[in-house]
Amino acid sequence: MQDTTADPADAGWTTGEPLADTRAPEGPVAERWERRKFTAKLVNPANRRARTVIVVGTGLAGGAAGATLAEQGYHVVQFCYQDSPRRAHSIAAQGGINAAKNYRNDGDSVRRLFQDTVKGGDFRSRESNVHRLAEVSTQIIDQCVAQGVPFAREYGGLLDTRSFGGVQVSRTFYARGQTGQQLLLGAYQALSRQIAAGRVEMHERTEMLDLLVVDGRARGIVARDLVTGSIDTYLADAVVLATGGYGNVFHLSTNAKNSNATAIWRAHRRGALFANPCFTQIHPTCIPRAGDHQSKLTLMSESLRNDGRIWVPRTAGDHRPPQEIPEDERDYYLERAYPAFGNLVPRDIASRAAKNVCDEGRGVGPGGQGVYLDFTDAIERLGRAAVEQKYGNLFEMYERITDESPYETPMRIYPAIHYTMGGLWVDYDLQTTVPGLFAIGEANFSDHGANRLGASALMQGLADGYFILPSTLGDYLATLPRDLTPRSELGPDHPVVREVVGEVTNRLHALLVNPGDRSPESFQKQLGEVLWEHCGMARDAAGLRRALSEIPRLREEFWNRIRVPGSGEALNQSLEKAHRVSDYLELAELMCRDALHREESCGGHFRTESQTEGGEAERDDSRFQYVAAWEFTGEGKPPVLHREELEFQDVLPSRRSYA
Amino acid sequence: MNAPHTDTGSTAAAAPVGAAGEAPAPAAADGDMALTLRIWRQAGPEEPGAMTTYRISGISPDMSFLDMLDTLNEQLIAEGDEPVAFDHDCREGICGACGVVINGDAHGPQPTTTCQLHMRHFDDGDTIDVEPWRASAFPVIRDLVVDRGSLDRIIGSGGYITAPTGSAPEAHATAVPKAAADDAFAHAECIGCGACVAACPNGAAMLFTAAKVVHLNVLPQGAPEREGRVLDMVDAMDEEGFGGCTQVGACATACPKGIPFQSIADMNREYLRAVRKGGRG
Amino acid sequence: MSWTDVSPVTTVPDMALATRHKPPAAAESSPSVVRLLWRSTIGKKAVMAVTGLVMLAYLVAHMLGNLKIFFGPDDFNGYAHWLRTVGEPALGYEWLLWVVRVVLLAAVVLHGVAAYQLSRRDIAARPVGYAHRGGARRRSSFATRTMRWGGVILALFIVWHILDLTTLTVNPNAEAGHPYENVVASFSTWYGNTIYIVAMLALGLHLRHGFDAAARSLGVTSARAARGLRAGANTLALVLTVGFLAVPFAVMTGVVS
Repeated sequence: MQDTTADPADAGWTTGEPLADTRAPEGPVAERWERRKFTAKLVNPANRRARTVIVVGTGLAGGAAGATLAEQGYHVVQFCYQDSPRRAHSIAAQGGINAAKNYRNDGDSVRRLFQDTVKGGDFRSRESNVHRLAEVSTQIIDQCVAQGVPFAREYGGLLDTRSFGGVQVSRTFYARGQTGQQLLLGAYQALSRQIAAGRVEMHERTEMLDLLVVDGRARGIVARDLVTGSIDTYLADAVVLATGGYGNVFHLSTNAKNSNATAIWRAHRRGALFANPCFTQIHPTCIPRAGDHQSKLTLMSESLRNDGRIWVPRTAGDHRPPQEIPEDERDYYLERAYPAFGNLVPRDIASRAAKNVCDEGRGVGPGGQGVYLDFTDAIERLGRAAVEQKYGNLFEMYERITDESPYETPMRIYPAIHYTMGGLWVDYDLQTTVPGLFAIGEANFSDHGANRLGASALMQGLADGYFILPSTLGDYLATLPRDLTPRSELGPDHPVVREVVGEVTNRLHALLVNPGDRSPESFQKQLGEVLWEHCGMARDAAGLRRALSEIPRLREEFWNRIRVPGSGEALNQSLEKAHRVSDYLELAELMCRDALHREESCGGHFRTESQTEGGEAERDDSRFQYVAAWEFTGEGKPPVLHREELEFQDVLPSRRSYA
Repeated sequence: MNAPHTDTGSTAAAAPVGAAGEAPAPAAADGDMALTLRIWRQAGPEEPGAMTTYRISGISPDMSFLDMLDTLNEQLIAEGDEPVAFDHDCREGICGACGVVINGDAHGPQPTTTCQLHMRHFDDGDTIDVEPWRASAFPVIRDLVVDRGSLDRIIGSGGYITAPTGSAPEAHATAVPKAAADDAFAHAECIGCGACVAACPNGAAMLFTAAKVVHLNVLPQGAPEREGRVLDMVDAMDEEGFGGCTQVGACATACPKGIPFQSIADMNREYLRAVRKGGRG
Repeated sequence: MSWTDVSPVTTVPDMALATRHKPPAAAESSPSVVRLLWRSTIGKKAVMAVTGLVMLAYLVAHMLGNLKIFFGPDDFNGYAHWLRTVGEPALGYEWLLWVVRVVLLAAVVLHGVAAYQLSRRDIAARPVGYAHRGGARRRSSFATRTMRWGGVILALFIVWHILDLTTLTVNPNAEAGHPYENVVASFSTWYGNTIYIVAMLALGLHLRHGFDAAARSLGVTSARAARGLRAGANTLALVLTVGFLAVPFAVMTGVVS
């Protein structure tokens, strides 16, 4: 591969050794997972209790992993910053979970799900991983049904499915508009059972602030008890990060307010490579912002696009109420531009199309930042009762927030940051470049490439947590060297422990004593505006360079002007927030760096310099068919790029076309 | 509004706009409200607490109640005071983290979570009392933050179906009548916020426990553990120091997810049935 | 699948622990139904419901018996005498009456003790009230709020009532064996009437909430049953209160003298 990027010194990064996924087995893609499971070493059941695994996060991936590892007999020590493991943000996923069950007899198969996901990810994901995901998907549904997850059912008592953005088969299982909630409660209940049995030691309201790497292996974490402020070390034989994505770096996103990047960012600083940070997903159907006060956006499930029709007025500046705009003066722009998929095109396409019509001045609602999602036809066709049955709770939620009834007036929607495909680089075993440190769920980069399909996040989180990690982690634990430093020697006086605890304490202290005048929220907001402007739905070199000069300045201002009231020895939400923002200020720079270096458009990453005449994203497979894994070299220092080349044997790269 | 950092310029420009960012930020003047807030402040679990009065203005009717508290906190930080601690996370009404008692009602005057309560339900000039959930099983940690770990322990005592990963039969092996599936779902909607406990004059967790018992007990998958589940969960509920049910119904009125009051009677029936069957089946 | 045999690695002895918080073997050797009921809030509520219904059944019979007073002294006194001789010769004099009294005493004691213990627990579970008294959405009827004090009033009344018309201790003009006259005598004093009327109103309120609550405590769940119960509770409360109050009002107005 030739390096045609502009002078790396100017770009602010250097190139390092290429990276290879050494764990992925050879052979036909459909046989690799079986092969890997068979070659993986096993830990004798009697020895499992002596192995401690730390799991950070209790969402779908973390909750499922914690419960399963404990069932297998490992001693699990688990953490969440929330007051209960049940509150992890997976709970807010609405639409559904994909699985290649083919219950509809509509031509679905593992192979089709695999192909759809690789294609949906715009050929920036690994075939091996994606195929494994598709294989495991069917087991997930079995597992969840056995746990009592109340999926929607037909009158015959069998499971109902629906279709979801980006695919033409009906493979999405759902529980009204609360699929994430129900799946998470299933995992949480399994986890609770293990907590009550003493097999999982659960630390709620405890936030991981750093990683302990001893002799090149992840051996524990440093965490702060958010109630007492106590900073403690927890030791283990392996550490699993299931801490979700970093969408909150944009300030306004559909993530939970406290979702944060600290765990993965600190792991990155300790040696784990960070892959494809610029691959962020913008969700097309969020409720538009009502005002400056808002600090959080609310998503409306994408399933709404199954029955709702998206439109804007044909002419710019048409401010008539939607009901008064006649049919021939409406532009159903997705149906017009993409007749085969219509309103069901993938998220990135739908989002960008919405942005484009708004940029043309045809946006609706306050500030012109919205498009209509209209259910008039659906209500006529199916009847109000059927629409209510399907979307009632979403409509209610919309009305509560906006004071408008979607039964009477079209919804207004606008894209917002929703998911991050990027994350810690992991190999086929879901292990990062730090041995013993694993990353699962949204926290890793693996399966969605440059764009995630709807209803695939839940699938991936549960696949990683229930089935993949529990198979691969055992191999790591079974092959640990005998001369591994015993946990008993990793006391407070061990140099690594002392150094890391010291760094954490100093960082928090610096935040607390700074005589500044600005709140953490104000910095997050300002950073978010920079990113949304320059590293949001559409990106270009000039904007990204501007962001790259603004972010370090903002970071400096942060450390000069941050004000954190209160003490570190008690519940202090300002301190929590300030610390998270300090990490966003570093991560944001890497995102922009990655976006600048990737001079192509793919999936959620749209570079305005790289588009077709029709305004569609143009990939550049000759130069960028790789995973960009970044190595941390020091604060403000140029990171090192390691490329993992992607090979496609089964699904040959083609231009994504949904027309 | 009380942005403490007006000199940074860019923070004032609001909407996340793209290239064509000529869209005006929503006006912040007309219809804005001024409020008097009386909020429970308590520095720690063992510290005494008191209602403290704050005045706040520039509150838009489109704000959520938590946006309003955020605004107050920004103002407090600017003044050098400690912000009010309150639990919150998803802000979509589903995680169950948020919850305060507003003017005597858990989650306030609307049947929803605190994060989904909007200020349009209040009037300019109102005085609003904000207090933490009150129950001995929910000790106050700080200000409006309480410890609801007792609810997790109730779930741990039996609020699950034992199905170790990998042991599940094919999903269609057992058909579940739609009515049962819908009934299970209606009860599985509980978000564990604790409003039922906060609203109950007896600090009872009956509605919370009943929601999980009914969710799992109506499903065929939950049948093998049916008796043990309800006995153990009720035991755990009693051990945690929750009160009993006197059929007041305040729990169901406060529930943001509409868990039916009837589910308590369902749980009673399940419990008595389990007792008749001689315990843990 | 039972609690104990699900772990995939049953060769490891402590693995069985993973399957359930309280395996049956570890729990106390299956407690009796009575102990199981008495130790939980729900069980105690069921005890209160059953004992309440027993007392309610008695009250219905008692009220109907009271109405015999409108047929005159002979009928009423004859009825009172019959209560003592019913079942003869299979049963002895007053045997059935004593059976009823023992059952009622047990019901009252169980009902009262359970109520006391549950109330203590309820009060302990909510030690701190809200500074903002009352809320727009808080829901509780007067009958619901007065259950505890209503119960205390009724307990005190029962003592008074027995001293007044059974042992005749506090009925200065009473004469054993003349119930009709004793009733008239009791309702000829202002305090006799006041105590009785207050108690019967308390009874009505207590029933209005209690009947419905008892049914729920016993697990009656269907929506239709719930509506029926609501109506039943109101009707019962009204009929019993009116039925009982008819007697003192009849004495006061001279219809019975």
